[in-house]
Amino acid sequence: MASVEIRDVRKAFGATQVIHGVSIDIADGEFVILVGPSGCGKSTLLRMVAGLENVTGGEIRIGDRVVNDVPPKERDIAMVFQNYALYPHMTVADNMAFSLKLRNAPKSEIEQRVKKAADILGLGHLLDRYPRQLSGGQRQRVAMGRAIVRDPQVFLFDEPLSNLDAKLRVQMRTEIKELHQRLRTTTVYVTHDQIEAMTMADKIVVMHDGIVEQMGAPLELYDRPANMFVAGFIGSPAMNFIKGSIKVNGKAVFKAEGGLELPLATAPAGADGRPAVYGIRPEHFVIDAQNGIPAEVVVVEPTGSETQVFAKLGGQDIVGVFRERVTVGPGDTIPLAPNPELVHLFDAQTGKRL
Amino acid sequence: MSVSADTITAAPSSRWSLSRLAHDHNFLGLLFLLPAAVFLLVFLTYPLGLGVWLGFTDTRIGRAGVFVGLENYELLWEDQIFWLSVFNTILYTTVASVLKFALGLWLALILNERLPFKAFFRAIVLLPWVVPTVLSAIAFWWIYDAQFSIISWALQRMGLIDAPINFLGDATNARASVIAANVWRGIPFVAISLLAGLQTIPPSLHEAATLDGATSWQRFRYITLPMLTPIIAVVMTFSVLFTFTDFQLIYVLTRGGPLNATHLMATLSFQRAIPGGQLGEGAAIAVAMIPFLLAAILFSYFGLQRRRWQQGGAD
Ligand SMILES: Nc1ncnc2c1ncn2[C@@H]1O[C@H](COP(=O)(O)OP(=O)(O)O)[C@@H](O)[C@H]1O
Ligand SMILES: [Mg+2]
Repeated sequence: MASVEIRDVRKAFGATQVIHGVSIDIADGEFVILVGPSGCGKSTLLRMVAGLENVTGGEIRIGDRVVNDVPPKERDIAMVFQNYALYPHMTVADNMAFSLKLRNAPKSEIEQRVKKAADILGLGHLLDRYPRQLSGGQRQRVAMGRAIVRDPQVFLFDEPLSNLDAKLRVQMRTEIKELHQRLRTTTVYVTHDQIEAMTMADKIVVMHDGIVEQMGAPLELYDRPANMFVAGFIGSPAMNFIKGSIKVNGKAVFKAEGGLELPLATAPAGADGRPAVYGIRPEHFVIDAQNGIPAEVVVVEPTGSETQVFAKLGGQDIVGVFRERVTVGPGDTIPLAPNPELVHLFDAQTGKRL
Repeated sequence: MSVSADTITAAPSSRWSLSRLAHDHNFLGLLFLLPAAVFLLVFLTYPLGLGVWLGFTDTRIGRAGVFVGLENYELLWEDQIFWLSVFNTILYTTVASVLKFALGLWLALILNERLPFKAFFRAIVLLPWVVPTVLSAIAFWWIYDAQFSIISWALQRMGLIDAPINFLGDATNARASVIAANVWRGIPFVAISLLAGLQTIPPSLHEAATLDGATSWQRFRYITLPMLTPIIAVVMTFSVLFTFTDFQLIYVLTRGGPLNATHLMATLSFQRAIPGGQLGEGAAIAVAMIPFLLAAILFSYFGLQRRRWQQGGAD
């Protein structure tokens, strides 16, 4: 096992630069998730760590070795690909044993390692099958098995669950997390799914257009997003943003465009009159007949465990999520009160947290 | 349950015939197959059958023959030139096919790499195949000319040889020359087909193998080659069939000479049947090619069979 250090790494394909100086520290044994929208450069970064892409600028270290010019096979990393990349002409056992055979490991050791990995992943009865004869989830497991038998310094995962159905995805999420708790191998995991990131990571790195927007523990990102991008990306449904300005007149309030007044617990010093964006998560509204602001319900979406209410609040489209059963229909009025303690304020120009 | 089963079996018995037939898969299958079967029968089986029949007669041009049983084959059995042509055909097919495979695969691997002007090079590779055989054969005829050969000229200029090479006049030279011409002509088919095969191998397999520690040779040996075998089997079967039945190149370049050293079964058959007038004997030679061709087709049949790893499971 080893730490991974990414120092001001840049990547250009020809004239197009896709990674603009990214620095990430990954501690030994840590489970780090790179998350961001499609095309933001997550895979490219991961492939640079693997050695499948050249590094245009900056430095990547695995352990205490700079690996920029080390060929992939000498980096001692294992990767799980989105399409699994199983060798179709080899059985499950041969797929897992391939790297060991190339290393000329003794037969008994190969057998023992493959068996151990198969036991961990529950693949014992499938060892003689070919990849075509497996279901999606089983293939996914074989791909992980192939990584496990190597006992590498670092595991790299590139969207390993995105080809699975929703239920299996949830199950595999847990399995991968358990596996990491058991093996404690340093892991870098790429996904575009913020729920995956929130549920599995020790540390999340939110990327956007080739830069790191914010890095931190899942709840840190949820509680104190550094800017509007992270605030909107982490959490589902996404945070509501309302434009307006801060008014401090003894007590701080937020004056939204259109005249609506929203409560604030505090305001930054000297913020009176400052244009800003008011951010409130859907789950941080309460239905409060006394202090609530009347909102007109547009759509109600019950999921059983919670109810999502899409409404118009003083001309703004917002969504609220409630754990309790809400018995309203479209056209009804519902008194909504944002919890002022859980409000986020962002700069109107830069989108940075105030 | 029993009630419904009864009604199903009882009802249609009165009016089966047409509407029933219209839903019978086997009957419909036969019906739709019929035009193709007639076509095959008329245009493929009839000429083939006629050829086989002619082989059992002493037909000559302008004179209907009579059935002579195996006489033609008995004659061929004793015929030194026939056996020479069998030897030549096998030599020609084997050497040319091996060379075409090796060079074609090599070319396909190169063309499959990232390289500049890829489309341009791929187009260039196809050229020998696009040119009509007779035309390229005539070009080779010039290249191999006893006096004006460009190869001899270039080698002489470089001071490597003193006299022009007698490409088509010497038995060994002639064999090598026609094989070289056939290889030149056959490489594009092999290279482009194998290239198509190479492109069906997902790049991520190579990346996975690289991370697993495979060198480029090991990637070729353990990933590329096994995944390419089904296509190699098809391509090489066709290549062998084309080469075995080759006629045009030889006929333009050497007409089977010198001293029958380059006579293939196809050219000998034509020689005996048309210029020689012995249709029956020519047909017998052509029929003698059939066992060899069948062997090649059987080889491909087993090569083509889906391997176990290609079977089962839907994506
Ligand atoms: N081989 C390549 N050549 C040119 N551009 C590429 C290549 N690979 C990726 N890109 C570009 O780099 C950007 C980041 O891609 P990628 O890392 O795959 O994004 P992600 O995995 O976050 O969806 C995209 O805009 C993509 O078009
Ligand atoms: Mg990607």
